[in-house]
Amino acid sequence: MDTIIKVAGISKKFVLHQQRDVTLNVLRKISFEVRAGECLVLAGRSGAGKSTLLRMLYGNYLTEIGSIQIRHDRRWLELVGASPRQIMTVRRHTLGYVSQFLRVIPRVPTLEVVMEPALLRGFSASSAKTRAETLLTRLNIPERLWSLAPGTFSGGEQQRVNIARGFMVNWPALLLDEPTASLDETNRRVVLELIEEAKSAGSALIGIFHDREARAEVASRLLNMESEEASHV
Amino acid sequence: MTNMTTETRFAQSGRESMENTAAEGYNFAYLDEQTKRMIRRGLLKAVAIPGFQVPFGGREMPLPYGWGTGGMQVTAAILAPEDILKVIDQGADDTTNAVSIRAFFERTARVATTTRSGEATIIQTRHRIPETPLKRDQMMVFQVPIPEPLRFIEPSETETATLHALGDYGVMHVKLYEDIVAHGHIATCYAYPVEVNDRYMMDPSPIPRFDNPKLHMSPALMLFGAGREKRLYALPPYTRVVSIDFEDYPFEAQRQDGVCAICGSANTYLDELIVDDRGTRHYVCSDTDYCQEHAGQQGIRA
Amino acid sequence: MNPALNPTPLADETAASTLPLLRVNQLTRLFGHEKGCQDISFDLYPGEVLGLVGESGSGKSTLLSLLSGRTPPDRGSVQYRADHANWLDIYEAGEARRRQLLRTEWGFVEQNPRDGLRMSVSAGANIGERLMAQGARHYGQLRETAIHWLQQVEIDASRVDDPPRAFSGGMQQRLQIARNLVSKPRLVFMDEPTGGLDVSVQARILDLLRSLVRELDLAVILVTHDLAVARLLADRLLVMRRSRVVESGLTDQILDDPQHPYTQLLVSSVLQA
Repeated sequence: MDTIIKVAGISKKFVLHQQRDVTLNVLRKISFEVRAGECLVLAGRSGAGKSTLLRMLYGNYLTEIGSIQIRHDRRWLELVGASPRQIMTVRRHTLGYVSQFLRVIPRVPTLEVVMEPALLRGFSASSAKTRAETLLTRLNIPERLWSLAPGTFSGGEQQRVNIARGFMVNWPALLLDEPTASLDETNRRVVLELIEEAKSAGSALIGIFHDREARAEVASRLLNMESEEASHV
Repeated sequence: MTNMTTETRFAQSGRESMENTAAEGYNFAYLDEQTKRMIRRGLLKAVAIPGFQVPFGGREMPLPYGWGTGGMQVTAAILAPEDILKVIDQGADDTTNAVSIRAFFERTARVATTTRSGEATIIQTRHRIPETPLKRDQMMVFQVPIPEPLRFIEPSETETATLHALGDYGVMHVKLYEDIVAHGHIATCYAYPVEVNDRYMMDPSPIPRFDNPKLHMSPALMLFGAGREKRLYALPPYTRVVSIDFEDYPFEAQRQDGVCAICGSANTYLDELIVDDRGTRHYVCSDTDYCQEHAGQQGIRA
Repeated sequence: MNPALNPTPLADETAASTLPLLRVNQLTRLFGHEKGCQDISFDLYPGEVLGLVGESGSGKSTLLSLLSGRTPPDRGSVQYRADHANWLDIYEAGEARRRQLLRTEWGFVEQNPRDGLRMSVSAGANIGERLMAQGARHYGQLRETAIHWLQQVEIDASRVDDPPRAFSGGMQQRLQIARNLVSKPRLVFMDEPTGGLDVSVQARILDLLRSLVRELDLAVILVTHDLAVARLLADRLLVMRRSRVVESGLTDQILDDPQHPYTQLLVSSVLQA
């Protein structure tokens, strides 16, 4: 299968200017590749920089050293140093991200929150709606909630809305930050199915799973991340 | 000398004035020659740019602002000894303002005066254009209280000057739109704004909108003077003057409800009179000269 | 939203969207030492929302007024792509052209609706003014259009003849948005559009702006000191401090991983953006 993401020698440090320029070295020289249809699971204890790495891949955290390349629009695109506009295009068409928390936008109904990634890609409203309804049904969000903004939902409901949104389109590459955390068994199974479906559809997945069973079930490979203690420079 | 051209008039009015001694101690037509020349230069510019407001160094006149000081300065500047002057206020020759201004020029310039529209070479007016059609070589002088048609919506003079310069007149239709919102039709009756020569928006002074069509392609030269705000503007003969409107609310001159109780005329601008305590209304022509003439033709004694 | 505003499908890379709409080069206007703005350069693309953030006095508003053709710069240029590939230097063009842009292809939403509305004329006339300035001369159609836009900004059609004086602050702000959008602008400048409003009212306006920006494919330059507003509306940010841009980038990257000491201070000073 084709390689979708190539990461070479990326490092990350945070310089806290408000705290006497304390420097935290979180990642050092990480390199890996992910192919279409496989799921790379990031392993390492808490503080090893797993979430940081996902955020760097998504462009949410700035990467200054190394290279992150992604297959975008049939070409390789270097994300380190890419313009905001290029990153936005990649996020719209190539790279999805399921974070742990839903960022709620006031007044936007659940169904529209879920449909949005498809609409941004130019799907018709009706096909987007059909897909969104299927996903919400599978994730056991009661239909009476679909027309409501998810701001008032429980934490678990918001997380499932977020997952539905994340799986709305077939991403060439998809980043998953603990998608099964704190879900009940029924919904956990649904998410694992969705991941399997994405793999079969040819997505390259990179995920963090604290849940060992889930990890064992979806992982094609593990990336062991050495823990870096925050060191003062 | 009714068929004197405008050019010769502008040249002569200065030259001859010395010979024709007016009231003791005063120059011909009250203003000194330099001032009249300055006003004539302003008028020439105004004629050259129809509808454009030309600033001028207005003088104090021996009566208060609001009584026609702007119009009087224009009249003084263009008046020649041969002229025959008519002065009207709301169409009438015999109201205080008209009588005073006529007397003023009789004393300071010793010019002939008339109440007959057809005989006058210069007609100074407040709020009307005579019913008798104007002719070439007649001149109308309008007294103007507020020369700026955009003033109602834009208080800044700098900004209105810019709007004129750029021909940016969207706000004029905002005013008409509001009229329709409030009254169901365009309710502006006086000082109805016009677009001059496809360029400048102009306030025609507070004439009734009934008179607006008389501005369009008029054979007479029309001069406007605002004394308080010190502005001159003009419509040269045969200038295109369009009253602004909407496609679905086209401009129309006011419809008259009655006929003149004196002369029986049905197509003139009428004043409403309440003649008793029960509110009985009569209508009479606002143009007294026209009314008399028309009544005479009908064999009615006015 | 209304079906009349069918979202244009965002085709992958259409020819038009690969060209910037606005090109800003070395833009500078100083009123004193580090007062104003200096050496500002960026490109803005169709449909892009750019946030200008920073504290009071950092030069955001000066920059906005330079960009929108209201204040000539000391040096530098603002170029606008008027049509397909025709670039217009807005300060080399005359004032007539600039004003024409500001009432047709551009919009400007003021922080205080009083500065952007005619308070004494009806809502309908406020919305219709741009169209009348462009030569619309049919009262019935102007009123229909005004009603349509009132509904777009969630104001009841029955208020079309009321003056904005009779509206709440939030409604006035929505009316101002409608008054700007009626001419189908491509670029809208916004100066703290939710600045003077209650939090509950803010949310409604932000949501409205967000959907209108998307449906109409508007490019927006937004001045705000509220980072939550910036996160919700802006695709990317310029962080200004003492007349200069100290950091720029994707909105979420700037807010979640700020690099410059000042940006870190700015982000850490708010509770939760």
